[in-house]
Amino acid sequence: MPEQIPENSVGLVSPQSLQFDEPLALVCGRTLDRYELVYETYGQLNEACSNAILICHALSGHHHVAGYHSMDERKPGWWETCVGPGKVIDTNKFFVICPNNLGGCHGSTGPMSINPQTGKNYGPDFPLMTVEDWVNSQKRLMDALNINCWAAVIGGSLGGMQALQWSVDYPEHVRHAVVIASAPKLSAQNIAFNEVARQSILSDPEFHGGCYYEHDTYPRRGLILARMVGHITYLSDDAMHAKFGRDLRTGQFRFGYDIEFQVESYLRHQGEVFSKQFDANTYLLMTKTLDYFDPTRGKEGDLSDVLARAQCEFLVMSFTTDWRFSPERSEEVVDALVASGKDVSYARIEAPQGHDSFLLPIADYLAIFDAYMKRVAQESEELCHAH
Amino acid sequence: MRTDFKIILDWIAPDSRVLDMGCGDGELLDILQKQRKVKGYGLEIEPANIARCIASGVNVIQQDLNQGVDNFGDSSFDTVVMTQALQTVRRPDRLLDDMLRVGKETIITFPNFGYWPIRAYLLTRGRMPVSKTLPYTWYNSPNIHLCTFRDFESLCRRKQIKIINRTVVDHQHRIGIGSKLFPNLLGEVAIYRVAK
Repeated sequence: MPEQIPENSVGLVSPQSLQFDEPLALVCGRTLDRYELVYETYGQLNEACSNAILICHALSGHHHVAGYHSMDERKPGWWETCVGPGKVIDTNKFFVICPNNLGGCHGSTGPMSINPQTGKNYGPDFPLMTVEDWVNSQKRLMDALNINCWAAVIGGSLGGMQALQWSVDYPEHVRHAVVIASAPKLSAQNIAFNEVARQSILSDPEFHGGCYYEHDTYPRRGLILARMVGHITYLSDDAMHAKFGRDLRTGQFRFGYDIEFQVESYLRHQGEVFSKQFDANTYLLMTKTLDYFDPTRGKEGDLSDVLARAQCEFLVMSFTTDWRFSPERSEEVVDALVASGKDVSYARIEAPQGHDSFLLPIADYLAIFDAYMKRVAQESEELCHAH
Repeated sequence: MRTDFKIILDWIAPDSRVLDMGCGDGELLDILQKQRKVKGYGLEIEPANIARCIASGVNVIQQDLNQGVDNFGDSSFDTVVMTQALQTVRRPDRLLDDMLRVGKETIITFPNFGYWPIRAYLLTRGRMPVSKTLPYTWYNSPNIHLCTFRDFESLCRRKQIKIINRTVVDHQHRIGIGSKLFPNLLGEVAIYRVAK
């Protein structure tokens, strides 16, 4: 809980929501007849609507990017580091919006929502989503807010994939795409880790084929395991070594299976906290969304041919110790963009913290990101004056 | 504008694709974008320089030139430029091959170690020359492969590299008559335009 809200925070915020009644055709072949998107916004939309920024969240993210929902909230939004007055994504200059993606568990229509056709939770019957579907739903939100062109679409990890998808699906509606710690598609190893996470949930007896809501329970153990394995991939070996090393909780071996090493304690704690906050069906769904992502699928040509459709400028950033989406994966995107003659800048940030780096205040990262966003802000302002 | 940049500007066609290896703060690309409407990318390793490039609207890609430039296709650029960086890489000869592969034309500038004050410095003091262009001491210098105008010519001959233009400028980046007659003695910075 903040005793006092810091000056460079957006402060107290509350989510908004919009209901969409026009059916949304999904890549899986099914249709969502009606859905709701919950989102947060910070800053003011200018007269020309040229300063709107879309932030896309990652696997376990949501719409609460910055600020506090109440004075009782223990922690601010997940990207407080980068979003706020005077920060990299400067809410004094930009109108920032972030929706909770469809299939989510933080308010937007998802497996926990009531299916109007059955009067029960969607549960496992909620259609699997793809990044394209999310982008299409975000486009509807954009239209509803009367925004014609994003000054920038920004995201880390799975969020970066949405930014990439935006650039090719709606080229004339994006001026800049910022793709951080992301990849052009998942590797077999990435999918393998997701599959372990899914199996741990699916094999939990409390899962009940995804209908656990009806049984008034949830696959707690499965979620904990899924998060534990996921969390390992977010950290680097170095970061884990620095944080825990081989430290023992009690200073000596106890020759049993209770928590002995600090790293075990940490992982179990992370899993425990997560299992109370996140819906298992959403976790399953979002890992599939990741697995399915491949902007070249069903299209002619390679990544550079597909990215050739984009009209925006790109900033791509990666982190040296990120092994979930390593710098080489970002470089595939950069090379494809250069090959198709797009404006792109790329930074491979030296950082020991692994995949999680994109959420952390790393000096070089923030300086480069800030230089880029200052240009975006200047451009937005010029467009507003020309208006 | 620096004279070497002015010379380079004359050698670059409007609307061409330019790759600047070791682009620093992006000054040259900025000029080329504004005056030649080139589509440019810079390669740079220093984060502070990357931020400066981005601030001035220059596309920059963080890359260590010592790791090669395999990520760029053959003849994928009209011109590859490298100003004052060839002497800092581990294998200038291999990078030169790469530059000629990636660019249809290559422009290279480097400090001429045959410049007379450098020769005089070494001759009279018997120590590694330190000057305005080469401000480092031997143990902390990034310039690990210094060469003379003549050395570079000999490398070009051995590799059968075609020299399209060559010039040298003096310490004030001017082209004098003297440096035209005796480039290896009177030229401080060598500027080459070469192709395969």
